[in-house]
Amino acid sequence: MFASLMGWVDARFPATKMWEDHLSKYYAPKNFNFWYFFGSLAMLVLVLQIVTGIFLTMNYKPDAALAFASVEYIMRDVEWGWLIRYLHSTGASAFFIVIYLHMFRGLIYGSYKQPRELVWLFGMFLYMALMAEAFLGYLLPWGQMSFWGAQVIISLFGALPVVGEQLALWIRGDFVVADATLNRFFAFHVIAVPLVILGLVAAHIIALHEVGSNNPDGVEIKKKKDSNGIPLDGIPFHPYYSVKDIVGVVVFLFIFSLVLFYAPEFDGWFLEKDNFVPADPLKTPEHIVPLWYFTPFYAILRAVPDKLMGVMAMGGAQALLFLLPWLDRSPVKSIRYRGPYFRVALTLFIISFLALGYLGTQPATTLYTNMARVFSIIYFAFFILMPFYTSIDKDKAVPERVTMK
Amino acid sequence: MRTLISALFIGLMSITSSQVMAASGGIHLDPVEIDLSDKASLQRGAQTFVNYCLSCHQASYMRYNRMGKDLGLTDTQVKENLMFASDKVGDTMTVAMRAEDAKKWFGVTPPDLSVISRARGTAWLNTYLRTFYLDETKAMGTNNVVFKDVGMPHVLWQQQGYLHHDEETGHLDSASQGDLSTYDYNTMVADLVNFLAYMGEPSKIQRLELGKWVLLYLFLLFLVVYPMKKAFWKDIH
Repeated sequence: MFASLMGWVDARFPATKMWEDHLSKYYAPKNFNFWYFFGSLAMLVLVLQIVTGIFLTMNYKPDAALAFASVEYIMRDVEWGWLIRYLHSTGASAFFIVIYLHMFRGLIYGSYKQPRELVWLFGMFLYMALMAEAFLGYLLPWGQMSFWGAQVIISLFGALPVVGEQLALWIRGDFVVADATLNRFFAFHVIAVPLVILGLVAAHIIALHEVGSNNPDGVEIKKKKDSNGIPLDGIPFHPYYSVKDIVGVVVFLFIFSLVLFYAPEFDGWFLEKDNFVPADPLKTPEHIVPLWYFTPFYAILRAVPDKLMGVMAMGGAQALLFLLPWLDRSPVKSIRYRGPYFRVALTLFIISFLALGYLGTQPATTLYTNMARVFSIIYFAFFILMPFYTSIDKDKAVPERVTMK
Repeated sequence: MRTLISALFIGLMSITSSQVMAASGGIHLDPVEIDLSDKASLQRGAQTFVNYCLSCHQASYMRYNRMGKDLGLTDTQVKENLMFASDKVGDTMTVAMRAEDAKKWFGVTPPDLSVISRARGTAWLNTYLRTFYLDETKAMGTNNVVFKDVGMPHVLWQQQGYLHHDEETGHLDSASQGDLSTYDYNTMVADLVNFLAYMGEPSKIQRLELGKWVLLYLFLLFLVVYPMKKAFWKDIH
């Protein structure tokens, strides 16, 4: 009965073929470790954000006079509204934690390298779209930080020569961040950018499944196949990785729930105190701090004395990430077999990124600004010097087959 | 590799430690214990709130009947003891004073207090409400240690009395005795702050209650899915 039904469907739509290509006959390396949980977790959080977002729009009012109150209405009067709102706000920060760990995996195992350049590029565009989505969404509660954060970021466009001021005005739709801005940000946040994200996720996964997954050894498993053409070190994604990822999902949800139920503000890191004060265009807060996931780039922006140069440095810091597949000249993918230069460079880069992230949350004192300058230079040096230190590095021999350590 | 992972985690951990103390402007704040299960404390706090705060400040996101339900009071009890500014128990806590008038009288419109505990923090509120001191240069005759030049007068002067502030040492001494002892006044403020904390997030009571069941469920689920993974993977070497 089921077989004949599937036969009917398969003659009209490649359901079985898709199931096999992407799950039951997609052969993934058998040696995935801890770092390989974050791709599926990112999908989970994306679905969570979409579902909770839909329910939030049912009671949220994208109107400067009503927005703040509508969020409190959701928190108090809507049945389970508080849970939906906290799932969404905690989910936003969780998304970035998961994505940063996912990107870190790509860095240490060289997952961006040939033949996965497009997987990396789609991923980077996803990261950009995600940052846009988070920035747009943060305006919606219409608190002081929503308002002033948006005011600062949009004014950065004003630093561009000639068209800058006009561009900033065009983005805001008013001379300051106002009702018009809130309305258009709402439109972009709930439909435009999510559509882009969904399209890019599809492209990211199609590209990945075309070339096959990398692994902690950086060995191409497709080079060694058995007589049936199945990679010797490959196992079908389903059921092996579906059951494994479920374990990852449960552990993730446990940690996520700890934050959600016991520390949803996360001491001001996920929900800032100042955002419990309604937006007031006449009262600038003492410190305007973007949410934690933007702060590395914010620190780079502030480290440069000139505003236009700062904006360019911030853009450059993101643009360089896109170029990674072509900056890295080493034939070796995984950090396990990389030489000392790359290991030291990557360690310094990670330290700089975290340090910049911290400095971006602090008031710009002379000491902190100078520290941000040093770490910014390390950040850029990691990329700019990469073609040199990766080509002269003393890489180790890469094994023929994957290892199970 | 190992150094990388540890560097990453040390970085992540440092993020979790406390953020900025910016709100206090460097002045020491006295923390206060928040206990949302202490219904008696919340009821006393609510009493103080409707008697002394809810004439100028609103709490326009807070409904009377929701408060009654969470504080263990019937609608009738709420109506008889806590409702002076409204007559429908489903109403939110608004005041009759017009915003323009308030601005004329106090220099600013008194802020809505619904989520003030989340904006200011409970330690700040606890300190603020106990550090009004005499200052003749101010229109209201008082000033405040943590909120310099605040427009609000010392509303609880009858209970606390007035304080004198030594500009050099920063010490506060009693200038006139109020109706309550220092201990009783501190308790009154602690109850009020406890109530303000409740009002900042009424659903917190449900949140904490639900949390443990969700965590228990996920723990039990782990006991199922982890052996399942092991069973599927037993032949993979």
